Amino acid sequence: MSAPACSRAVVAAAGLGLAAWAAAAPVPDTLAERTRPCTACHGEQGRATRDGFFPRIAGKPAGYLFNQLVNFRDGRRANQAMTFLVKDLTDAYLLEMAGHFAALDLPYPPAVPVRSAAEAARGEALALRGDPARRLPACTACHGERLTGVLPAVPGLLGLPRDYLVGQLGAWRTGQRRAAEPDCMAELAQRLTGDDLVALATWLAARPLPSDAKPAAALPEPLPMRCGSQPPAAAR
Amino acid sequence: MRRILRRLLLALGGLLAVLCALVLWLDRPRAPQAGSDAPATSPDAVARGAYLARAGNCAACHTARGGAPFAGGVPIDTPFGVVYGSNLTPDPETGLGRWSAADFRRAMHDGRSRDGRRLYPAFPYPNFTRIPPADADALFAYLRSLAPVRQPNRAHAVRFPYDTQPALAVWRALFFRPGREPPDPARAPEWNRGRDLVHGLGHCDACHAPRNVLGATSRALELGGGLIPMQKWYAPSLAASHEAGVAGWPVDEVVALLKTGVAPRGSVQGPMAEVVFRSLQHLSDGDLRAMASYLQSLSSAPPEPHDPIVRERSQMARGAELYETHCAGCHGKQGEGAPGAYPALAGNRGVTLGTPTNLVRVLVHGGYLPATAGNPRPFGMPPFGHVLDDADMAALLTYLRGAWGNDAQPVWPVDVLRWR
Repeated sequence: MSAPACSRAVVAAAGLGLAAWAAAAPVPDTLAERTRPCTACHGEQGRATRDGFFPRIAGKPAGYLFNQLVNFRDGRRANQAMTFLVKDLTDAYLLEMAGHFAALDLPYPPAVPVRSAAEAARGEALALRGDPARRLPACTACHGERLTGVLPAVPGLLGLPRDYLVGQLGAWRTGQRRAAEPDCMAELAQRLTGDDLVALATWLAARPLPSDAKPAAALPEPLPMRCGSQPPAAAR
Repeated sequence: MRRILRRLLLALGGLLAVLCALVLWLDRPRAPQAGSDAPATSPDAVARGAYLARAGNCAACHTARGGAPFAGGVPIDTPFGVVYGSNLTPDPETGLGRWSAADFRRAMHDGRSRDGRRLYPAFPYPNFTRIPPADADALFAYLRSLAPVRQPNRAHAVRFPYDTQPALAVWRALFFRPGREPPDPARAPEWNRGRDLVHGLGHCDACHAPRNVLGATSRALELGGGLIPMQKWYAPSLAASHEAGVAGWPVDEVVALLKTGVAPRGSVQGPMAEVVFRSLQHLSDGDLRAMASYLQSLSSAPPEPHDPIVRERSQMARGAELYETHCAGCHGKQGEGAPGAYPALAGNRGVTLGTPTNLVRVLVHGGYLPATAGNPRPFGMPPFGHVLDDADMAALLTYLRGAWGNDAQPVWPVDVLRWR
């Protein structure tokens, strides 16, 4: 339709008392369009915003994202804003949304500078080696050697805001955040002290992303503990 | 002097005794309505009961989020304290395992527990008293068919004196009239069925009617709209053309709204999205048509006339600017919306309701329409609570309520603060 014809159509539609959408661009029939409520907080295409709390969701494993959406809907995670958005959505639709964000392959923002070197060193030791005396496995034992997560449902731990990491580890420790039983992260977080979790968050938030930031396809060893969020085959 | 005082006291005592007797007579124990004593077990009764449980949205109060179905534990916040939905599974210790069908009928029709205790009317037995005994029996058959879940009921946390049996007796004497309403012979069977669904199992007035200071719905049958207790949502009048009345709609559109959550002239949001998601979308077309037929017959009160509305020019200008930046991309430059995805805001009754409650909620928290078989992948409204401050939200909403022929009262930052 030429420009004058187009504007005539608008005038005609308005003249008939119809809405003027006749000439408006149609709404894209895409998941990107359907997930606008998500990107309002999680940033354009699900990248983290500079707001400092909302986590990046782009590129996380679909199984992880789906589990979280269901956890918000079914009361295992407590965030009123999230629960309100997903309360009346089906598993099928949530799975589609999770797949949409999982498939996005976008660059990460640069890591933030370390707040305290001593804190970071303590965090690094816990993350890479764990603490056998307290039966704490290394983060890498489940989240992958590069800490970028493992398919299908273990999330990466890098590129997340420090405040978010502190918030989540703390919520797990107090029972505010839960996952399907057996809830391995809840068990682990209860073995961490407050200082441990701050140190972990400090180190993780400052860690640069490896050149390949995608989740690993599989773990070399079985998971060190049973995790309800994982398909049974992945657990020992 | 002392004699007068003694007589006065005697008279007062007598009056009190008469009042007590009146309350006890009005709230006298009633035998359960006739029906079978043994729980029905036929697959038909169980299937029928499962359907009715959805029609009544029993799970809303008796299934905790992520919990075992009908094992209770859902907190229901009321102005009088918190009531917890009870365990309806057939566990003998913590559920309904020891109940008979007659016990269950009495609970539904007369609001008394198995031991005769009066139940809190948060359990909507003033509505359920209208359901036929056969439906109550089918519901019981369905509940008996569930796997028993051992989960003790949480003790209610209702304040004194509302937590006492005498207080409940007075409440019941004042506000509860047990019994079914006979069919209206002047109306079609479909209308009568719709009336019973709307006022019985559906308990629509629980939200769509105002409540008095004692929490009883007033003029329940009129469905004239009300603020939902303890929730910052207004359930609009179903009997007013300028709120959510559907008298002038084609019946198919009313059915579509109830079944899919969206129709050409409106969509459901907030608590009603949940009602469609968990309950109404599962009803048969016949039952939905019956409800539609009844809802369309409700009186269609016109809006009360009001003085011309004055809007501050600065608020409107700021609102227009914000609309252009944040809203026009989806809702259109003239508030015309995008069919199938984003609602029109021009001429939208949800935008011009007397109270801006729902508008504030939607702007702050965003939301999705319910994902239903008829609308499985809804588009959604992003939350703006972290993007705009209260003054900007008030300006934006004032603009929506005053632009493109909309004509509703302005919104002030204090309204946003109150309802966000």
